[in-house]
Amino acid sequence: MKILVAVKRVIDYNVQIRVKEDGTGVVTDNVKMSSNPPDDNAIEEAVKIKESGKASEIIAITVGEEKSQETVRKALAVGADRGILVKAEGIIEPLAVAKVLQKIVDKEKPDLVFMGKQAIDDDCNQTGQMLSALLNWPQATFASKIEIKDKALEVTREIDEGLETIEVNIPAIVTCDLRLNEPRYASLPNIMKAKKKPLEILNASDLGVDTAPRVQQIKVEEPPKRKAGIKVANVAELVNKLKNEAKVI
Amino acid sequence: MSSLLIAEHNNKEIKSFTLNAITAASQIDNDLHVLLIGNNCGEVAKSLSEIPAIKKVLHVEAPYYENYLAENFAPLIVKVSENYTHIVSSANTFGKNLMPRVAALLDTSQISDIIKVISSDTFLRPIYAGNAFATVKSNDAKKCITIRPTSFEPCEITGGSAPIEKVESMEEFSQSKFIKREEVKSDRPELGTARVVISGGRGMQNGENFKLINAVADKLNAAIGASRAAVDAGYISNEHQVGQTGKVVVPDLYIAVGISGAIQHLAGMKESKIIVAINKDGEAPIFSVADYGLEADLFEALPQLLEELNKLNTIQK
Repeated sequence: MKILVAVKRVIDYNVQIRVKEDGTGVVTDNVKMSSNPPDDNAIEEAVKIKESGKASEIIAITVGEEKSQETVRKALAVGADRGILVKAEGIIEPLAVAKVLQKIVDKEKPDLVFMGKQAIDDDCNQTGQMLSALLNWPQATFASKIEIKDKALEVTREIDEGLETIEVNIPAIVTCDLRLNEPRYASLPNIMKAKKKPLEILNASDLGVDTAPRVQQIKVEEPPKRKAGIKVANVAELVNKLKNEAKVI
Repeated sequence: MSSLLIAEHNNKEIKSFTLNAITAASQIDNDLHVLLIGNNCGEVAKSLSEIPAIKKVLHVEAPYYENYLAENFAPLIVKVSENYTHIVSSANTFGKNLMPRVAALLDTSQISDIIKVISSDTFLRPIYAGNAFATVKSNDAKKCITIRPTSFEPCEITGGSAPIEKVESMEEFSQSKFIKREEVKSDRPELGTARVVISGGRGMQNGENFKLINAVADKLNAAIGASRAAVDAGYISNEHQVGQTGKVVVPDLYIAVGISGAIQHLAGMKESKIIVAINKDGEAPIFSVADYGLEADLFEALPQLLEELNKLNTIQK
């Protein structure tokens, strides 16, 4: 079985983002970048499946600028076998990413495609579902448990009401929740080894995919600031304020 | 020009977030129709027809529509969407799972999780877990939009009399199968929708100490949250995690106990109406977003808080 895992390079989740003064976006120069956290869960799950002998190859793929190969290299360092970077500039919307992935799926013919349920930059939560639609494959979104059966997966999904279990026939798309597993760290020797693993670089335009944005970003701004609060001296004062001033209890 | 709202329901009743989505959808377009896909859901159709904001209910039934598999819903929505400019649903796990599948089939770039309708093609949505707001304009002919439920009031549910029109079902998608749903039965309100949330952080020191939080939560009918640090330390399971990589909550009252206020936590709670911080470190960043800060040892403050709450004659539920 072959697993394709899509990863994204995003601003590290511990960085306090800053909005550009001209309102065109957020500052990314000299900002620490990392792999999108739930994409780490996607890679981890694929590696675990391979370690259990049920997968033969893991391909990590990303779509983005040249530097995004760092994110693919990280995936290679935790156990992916080879990588693909599909180069595209600017804002690449989930629909465009899904179309690129569709081309790669046509070429590589994986049995499963994994990715994080959502990227923590644009918070769109669309790519996996869109790719499933384009391929007419089943989709198992927000997965917190994956069990491999004969030619199918039994997937437990995180939903608002609790948990849902579905069975999807292979080939299928799975989008991963943070609860799926505990991603491992790459060891130094594995980081070194990852540098020697093959990484293919393609251009989105060569694949015939138009990645120009359909949604116009008019303005990015800071959310309204909270006004400074007060310090209370003791618990009695706190409860009094909550009851009589804020009127929330 | 009309909009089509995809109703979420359990075949017996309308799910509450649909009511918030109807409010948002009717701000986009007055001529709002709703599509109800389900199995033996006639009662839901009737309830929807009584909502004044809805002009028409489209009702389709089939056994395989019972469990809302996106693979079955999406082609049907695409077929019905021919006469509509906007396809709308709530941005909860129902809409998040479904709408992108619809959007891709329509070759539309979806706009997720809007918090404000600026015009029929322009919307405000949070990015970076609410650390920035983006104003975005859709240039697609047909627009697929999901709505953050907590940003819109629920709509009126009585007084309307929209016609109910039957729509034919489509073929079943054979590659996916629903197996079961386990709804978490808890006496406490759900973290994402609770009016009051009380969260513990690394300062709780261990899982056992969360009983101090539980006692106050019982009193306030609050949901229990936690910082990533508390979850990572194993004090509490990760469905309680509030933050950029956990749940984003917007309660009327958020009480942060022993939480320093890392960026990733603040991203998940700073839109709360009133924030209380209890921390013994007066310099903790959490105080910069708190309406009421109490610099105190939580092991003294929490029992006192319970005692003070017990003294009150009434507590809002």
